[in-house]
Amino acid sequence: MKAFCKVAGMTSMLLLLAFGLLYSTRTVSAAADGKITGTVKLDGAAPHMKGIDMSKDPFCVKQHENSPAHLENVMVGPGGGLQNVVLYISEGLSAAEATATPSQEPVFDQKNCMYTPHVLAMDVNQKFKVTTNDQTTHNIHPLPNALAGNIPWNKSQPPGAPPIEMSWKTEEVAIPVKCNIHPWMHGYFVVVKGPYAITDDKGSYTITGVPPGNYTVTAWQEEYGTQTAKVTVAAGKAGAADFTFKAK
Amino acid sequence: MRRMTWNGSLVLTAVAVVALCSLSFGQATKAEEDQRLGMESHIGKLTGHAAAAQGTYRRYCVGCHGPLGDGEGENAQWIDPKPRNFTLGIFKCRSTTTGTLPLDSDIYASLGRGLDSSNMPSWNPLSAQERADLVAYVKHFSARFVTEKPGAPIEVPPKPEVTADRLKTGQAVYQKVECWKCHGPTGSGNGPSAATLTDDQNRPIAPYNFHDGTRFKCGTSDEDLYKIFMTGLDGTPMPSWSDNIKPDEAWDLVFYLRSLQPMKSKEKEIARQIGLKPGAPSAAPAPSPQQ
Repeated sequence: MKAFCKVAGMTSMLLLLAFGLLYSTRTVSAAADGKITGTVKLDGAAPHMKGIDMSKDPFCVKQHENSPAHLENVMVGPGGGLQNVVLYISEGLSAAEATATPSQEPVFDQKNCMYTPHVLAMDVNQKFKVTTNDQTTHNIHPLPNALAGNIPWNKSQPPGAPPIEMSWKTEEVAIPVKCNIHPWMHGYFVVVKGPYAITDDKGSYTITGVPPGNYTVTAWQEEYGTQTAKVTVAAGKAGAADFTFKAK
Repeated sequence: MRRMTWNGSLVLTAVAVVALCSLSFGQATKAEEDQRLGMESHIGKLTGHAAAAQGTYRRYCVGCHGPLGDGEGENAQWIDPKPRNFTLGIFKCRSTTTGTLPLDSDIYASLGRGLDSSNMPSWNPLSAQERADLVAYVKHFSARFVTEKPGAPIEVPPKPEVTADRLKTGQAVYQKVECWKCHGPTGSGNGPSAATLTDDQNRPIAPYNFHDGTRFKCGTSDEDLYKIFMTGLDGTPMPSWSDNIKPDEAWDLVFYLRSLQPMKSKEKEIARQIGLKPGAPSAAPAPSPQQ
């Protein structure tokens, strides 16, 4: 009797497991919820990021009384992780996947006379917002390549100005953004197609919403340019791609 | 032997065609621009034709603006500000919002009026038809005039009567949105951010000095001044203010700006009567931090 119960128990468990697996794989392959994860590191000594002289604008100086501002071209964490690297899929997406536009609107904020985040990624035609939280006037002046499709514009943002909502109509890696009033303010809009991600302060990233398939992932950093890697995303198995940029 | 040469030349032609096609992507070439010689312009009752202006352009414009309309004429290296690069479709003087194409009448007006304190002269001595043809020719340099419609022109409400209260409000606007950051507390073009201003091509550029008596590049009337700051001057640091200044306050700002100019005007007289003094910026610039 004991042996029979044991066998029955094990068989039913195995059956449950088998059915569970069968059911779960079906759900995973139907949804585009695959991931690509990885880390981007800098090999070599991180360049010194100069302190910024904000004396042109006493408001900006006051905001940085206790935490001096530095240029943000290369931000490296203690473990060598590179921040603000944009990861996107440059090959392998179907036409439908490439033109899908997320409904979220990423925000580019002007705070304490710096851009937060320093780099903003978005899809073609994805709406984004530019906001200001400063008690000093800024102007927001993206400088895309007008010959390649995106047209430059220049809008004022005095204190208390409402958010500006815009979008870009063509891929562009990347559009420099500046404020003419505060010449140290530099940022980037990175306009891509399909799913994308930006590395955090540890250099880690996760691109979500990737259907199973074979892809080329591109990593872009404003000083070090681009690198690519081939990645495969399978049902239930995330793709992985690590990148290392060499310090100049 | 003959057969091989024929095949060889076919291959060469194919390669040449592909190479030439790929060359013209995103860059101005005569062949690419010539495809748009059918461009027209419409200003009031006038219709201009690009093809009719080829000779006029070669006679009067090519020296600065260049044969490809990219601002690389042989004179360009010696003049400042630089001649406009028409291939971008980006124009300072517009009735339309920032980031959009100008109206034909905007280009026609700039052409006729010229741009004061620059090397762009007034072309009013040319006939109206010649100028209309030139507007079409200017447009043909950029593919954007084929694929894009001009922006919607901003609405300029009728100008109200100049009053002391309006002048005071105008000054308050100048202080609040901080025009003085570039244009200076007295509008002399010497604001704290003036020295580091650069245009879209990273060339140094100076903000307008309301005291030196020059005309605005984009017009001389109060309506022109209204449009200058409400639409911004594309290609330069001057942003558009239509999102942040209400139309009624915009007229007040126009009146205040007129009071800063050296020419006799009703605004200047009223400002003098009420003893309007330039406002001080919010605080004196802080000393440079120790690095």
